Amino acid sequence: MKTGMLAEAGKAIGTATRARPKRRVLPLDYARRRSIQALLAGIFVFLYFPIVALVAFSFNNSRRNVTWQGFTFDYYVKAFNNASLHEAFTNSLIVAGVSTLISTALGAMLGLALYRFRFPMKGLVDGWVSLPIVIPEICMGVAMLAFFAAMDIQLGLATITVSHIAFTIPFVAVVIRARMAGFDQSLEEASRDLGAGQWQTFWNVTFPYMGPGLVAGALLAFTLSLDDFVITFFTSGPGSTTFPIKIYSMVRFSVTPEVNAASTVLIVLTLTLTVIAMVIQGRSGKQMVGK
Amino acid sequence: MSRAIVSIQNVSKLFGSITAVDDVSLDIAEGEFFALLGPSGCGKTTLLRMLAGFEIPSSGRIMIDGQEMEGIDPNRRPVNMVFQSYAVFPHMSVTDNVGYGLKVTGVPRAEIDKRVKEALALVKLDGYERRMPGQLSGGQRQRVALARALIKRPKVLLLDEPLSALDAKLREAMQLELVRLKNAVGITFIIVTHDQDEALSMANRIAVMDRGRVVQVASPAELYEFPNSRFVADFIGKINLLEARVAGMENGRLLADAVGIGRVAVPFSGAAKSEIGLAVRPEKVKLDRSEPAVGRLKIRGRVREIAYYGDESHVFIEDGAGLTITANVPNDARTTQGPVAVGDEVWVSWAPADTLVLTE
Repeated sequence: MKTGMLAEAGKAIGTATRARPKRRVLPLDYARRRSIQALLAGIFVFLYFPIVALVAFSFNNSRRNVTWQGFTFDYYVKAFNNASLHEAFTNSLIVAGVSTLISTALGAMLGLALYRFRFPMKGLVDGWVSLPIVIPEICMGVAMLAFFAAMDIQLGLATITVSHIAFTIPFVAVVIRARMAGFDQSLEEASRDLGAGQWQTFWNVTFPYMGPGLVAGALLAFTLSLDDFVITFFTSGPGSTTFPIKIYSMVRFSVTPEVNAASTVLIVLTLTLTVIAMVIQGRSGKQMVGK
Repeated sequence: MSRAIVSIQNVSKLFGSITAVDDVSLDIAEGEFFALLGPSGCGKTTLLRMLAGFEIPSSGRIMIDGQEMEGIDPNRRPVNMVFQSYAVFPHMSVTDNVGYGLKVTGVPRAEIDKRVKEALALVKLDGYERRMPGQLSGGQRQRVALARALIKRPKVLLLDEPLSALDAKLREAMQLELVRLKNAVGITFIIVTHDQDEALSMANRIAVMDRGRVVQVASPAELYEFPNSRFVADFIGKINLLEARVAGMENGRLLADAVGIGRVAVPFSGAAKSEIGLAVRPEKVKLDRSEPAVGRLKIRGRVREIAYYGDESHVFIEDGAGLTITANVPNDARTTQGPVAVGDEVWVSWAPADTLVLTE
């Protein structure tokens, strides 16, 4: 297989050299090679086949998830009627919704401050802020648990939400900061020059510019929160099970198509949100063209 | 001169240890089209930004329309600015952009609509009301920026390198357009530019700046024909410069020994140090095959190079000692054959009165 591919690649290079003797093979030309295309296809299959299989088997008419027995919607109905799954899903939406709102607001302010101002030890603050991005989730989870225990705080939806806010803020801040990097500061000066105060300038000029960044940041925060397992696992208490944790506990019994169905719902939800955000960004992007 | 609408008094601006503007005093009269001209980094934009209120002078004071500007925010000053990048709000339509300055100060809707219509007509953008900035060309966006500033009816309009982002043809058209606008609205324009052609063709008075200082303030013709220093002579237009040593005065004429020519006598009044520069503009230099008339300043040399520009040719003549003189020769006859060719032996000459005596 390996030698075959190499030979093919060699042949391809050979033909290319014969056809265009003086032209060097440019990096962008590599994608035209059949061997590379095959490799690409292989990678895609490797990446996405498990997901496709997961979705496909959610329609499998079998209690066990091994062989295909026929098409059915039964397990979606079953998942839908599963009260504890329902409750977990609601919990997840509440946590994700509340933490997204708060972390988007705080993260946006943080991102704006880091873009706008110079202050003593800014580098340190900058690094400190992005620490939650690089810190292993498991450590974050343990730290959160230790903190809540030390403070004698009852674990529940509130503690999950607080932890989610804490680890999603830096993501929002990074997105907002990147968005602001392309901002023309003379827009703000023009607004001031035309008679607007500082607040008017912020709401009329700066905030609309941040818009796409806010949407992207909020969406990132929402999806991160929605499918977070590790941190949630440590900070959830009795009766505050979220969707991913519920699915995990279901898997421990057996992998039924019901689990697949629930997971598929999660995938569809995240995909839809992402597409919506991309459309919104694309639209505002078009307006911004040729700034 | 009518009363000063802008009075800059001993203004300096320091950024850390760097002096961007160094003790500048200027009075700009009502209705003037005034240009701040200088190479990049000479402090002209900083000076303009101090008028707009975006920078605060380190010392000195600024009066606009008889009012002291210290402590007055940019949004409360009777001036408006057109930014180099135009700074047209990308998320607002042309109408909203132009009406912005009125909206934020609480002008009623009906009045805004009326004045936006007038302003768009003034800059010839009627019919573009609903367009977004992304759908406009660079020239059109600039018109939006102009309309947006003019709709506020400022006492002074500040323009920061307004034409630098436009291509050459459009720039020339916009130069005429700006002069037309200025005459139509009758307010004072202050323009910052590094482009001498722009300043000469539009402004009625120019301040030439160098390293934070104002070197000369004069009308365009005065600056070009009577520059007060080597810097101004060299920055505005082109010059042929000869180093010379003063030999004395005689009947209101200055006697000097110039490199390449020898003893010359040129009209001059004033005081000169012993070392001076004698300069002449290339278009005032004549080329002859035979020796020119007595009394003209002349050098004999050989044509080294000819740069053809269509309307004129720049002829570079080198004398035996390595001195190069440029002569601009108008191509006023319809022929492909120029009056001289490379390698020709010619005389260059100019009238004593056309000689600039540069003492600074």
